[in-house]
Amino acid sequence: MRDAFIRVLGELAKNDSRIMLVTGDLGFKVFDEYALNYPRQFLNAGVAEQNMMGLATGLALEGRIVFVYSIANFPILRCLEQVRNDACYHQANVKIVSIGGGFSYGALGISHHATEDLSIMRALPEISVMAPGDLWETEEATKAMVDIPGTCYFRLDKSNAGYTNIDSEKFEFGKARCLKEGHDATLISTGGILNEVLKAYELLKEKGIFCRVLSLHTLKPLDLESILKAASETEAVLTIEEHTIEGGLGGAVAENFLECGVIPKKFKRIGLKSGFSSIVGSQQFLRKTYGVDAESIVSNVVQLLNSNRPTMMPNAK
Amino acid sequence: MDSVKLSQKIRLHALRMTNRGESSHIGSVFSMADILAVLYACILKYDSKRPEWEERDRFILSKGHGGAGVYAVLAECGFFPISKLDTHYQDGSDLSGHVSHKGIPGVDISTGSLGHGLPIGTGMALAAKLDDLNRRTFVILSDGECDEGSNWEAALFASHHNLDNLTVVVDYNKIQSLTTVKKTLNLEPFREKWESFGWAVKEIDGHDHYQLESVFQEIPFQEGYPNCIIAHTVKGKGVSFMENKVLWHYRTAKGEEYDAALKELEEA
Repeated sequence: MRDAFIRVLGELAKNDSRIMLVTGDLGFKVFDEYALNYPRQFLNAGVAEQNMMGLATGLALEGRIVFVYSIANFPILRCLEQVRNDACYHQANVKIVSIGGGFSYGALGISHHATEDLSIMRALPEISVMAPGDLWETEEATKAMVDIPGTCYFRLDKSNAGYTNIDSEKFEFGKARCLKEGHDATLISTGGILNEVLKAYELLKEKGIFCRVLSLHTLKPLDLESILKAASETEAVLTIEEHTIEGGLGGAVAENFLECGVIPKKFKRIGLKSGFSSIVGSQQFLRKTYGVDAESIVSNVVQLLNSNRPTMMPNAK
Repeated sequence: MDSVKLSQKIRLHALRMTNRGESSHIGSVFSMADILAVLYACILKYDSKRPEWEERDRFILSKGHGGAGVYAVLAECGFFPISKLDTHYQDGSDLSGHVSHKGIPGVDISTGSLGHGLPIGTGMALAAKLDDLNRRTFVILSDGECDEGSNWEAALFASHHNLDNLTVVVDYNKIQSLTTVKKTLNLEPFREKWESFGWAVKEIDGHDHYQLESVFQEIPFQEGYPNCIIAHTVKGKGVSFMENKVLWHYRTAKGEEYDAALKELEEA
């Protein structure tokens, strides 16, 4: 995803001198070509995220579209107040790009586990939140961010679902993509975990369970229409995120179901229970350990469809 | 515009505003009133009829708690009607206690949490350099605010990028929220700190309009170096019983105190 992002950003920067890439001293070798081609549109702000975010705001208010790049929680949590007061409140064209969603850097430990970012960023006013699931979404969302006014949070992942688009497809900011059609359950995911969801889809199909798969690349604003349709048109709705189940994708979907009075027959949030993972490992290992890999998704779907529990039972993990 | 008269008006407005709103920070406004007055009377390039004018100098009050002073100077300079100042800190007003840009012509940047203004200022100054524009950026910091590490991140950045179009004025009144700077987190040797971060530094009496105007005229102090003016000031300056008193960081002048302060300022 990172390479797709930087490749597209380079193409955009070529024709748009407003575009600027600011890194927090991360991305070894990744930006060499970009920096060589567009030296006046590239800046290493050093290991100083608070300054980087204020600086980006200042540059943006003077007419630039600033892509701020760092990894995991550094460009958001370290400087959360700068994101809120400086970028968001001033509606500055600051696009915060974080590589390392979820357990992308699983072996590096909790400092590098970005597992609460979506709920925290979603709570901020005047921000768009995007987490692409595949390479096409990454490329298209990068382009879209240039035209989306104001501050964006863009969560990139080490894993991805490849290219899932069809030829004539057009990317729509704020609109979920329906990748598979089925009536038994809807699997809604955000971010790079889409690859696990698509694997789960195939495994479920083998069992005779047909799922709708929605890739919700934009978490804020939320595509209410697609979500509400899923509740009324399929037997169950499951949200899948490599993120805490508190307040992220699952939270957003559940809140809106209730408030809109559209209650799915069965509903489950698949994600991480609140807590730190002091255990480290590869992204795949941690996904399996914490029950968000394809096999876990499959067993959750099977269990949910077989259960007679009312929708409103507490989410038992 | 006469900067001395303007400073008197800033103090009078701020006194009335904080009295009406029962709000704090009058001591912090008074300590920088002369700096604000000289900037707006003699130094900053702006057009109050065109607050968004591209070529204007940029000004950021990073010590956002002095917002009443900025609103007062902007109203006096014609950015919005002076009568609007009556709404400061009142229900439904957009003139918040800490400076906010929404709906207020002339305010570029909202602050209130300390340590935010200088990083934004570095971005604005860098943009001017990249675009080869002559506009300048001025940021007023409080001394207590210099406890915030973000300022020092920005200080490193600004000198590394030779932002000599960026000027910091530190309102060094030596008193912060609860007690003196010295007893809280001593900043000394302060000048040397800025110098070692690669800034060109000048120290002045922050209430002497001649010194203020002269030092601003000397910008850039040294080509390629960001400018730091350490303005030695007195918290509560202008009202004898408020001067150098920690109390007036938060206390509101009411009743007899208000009348006495008003009288002193009017007779100044």
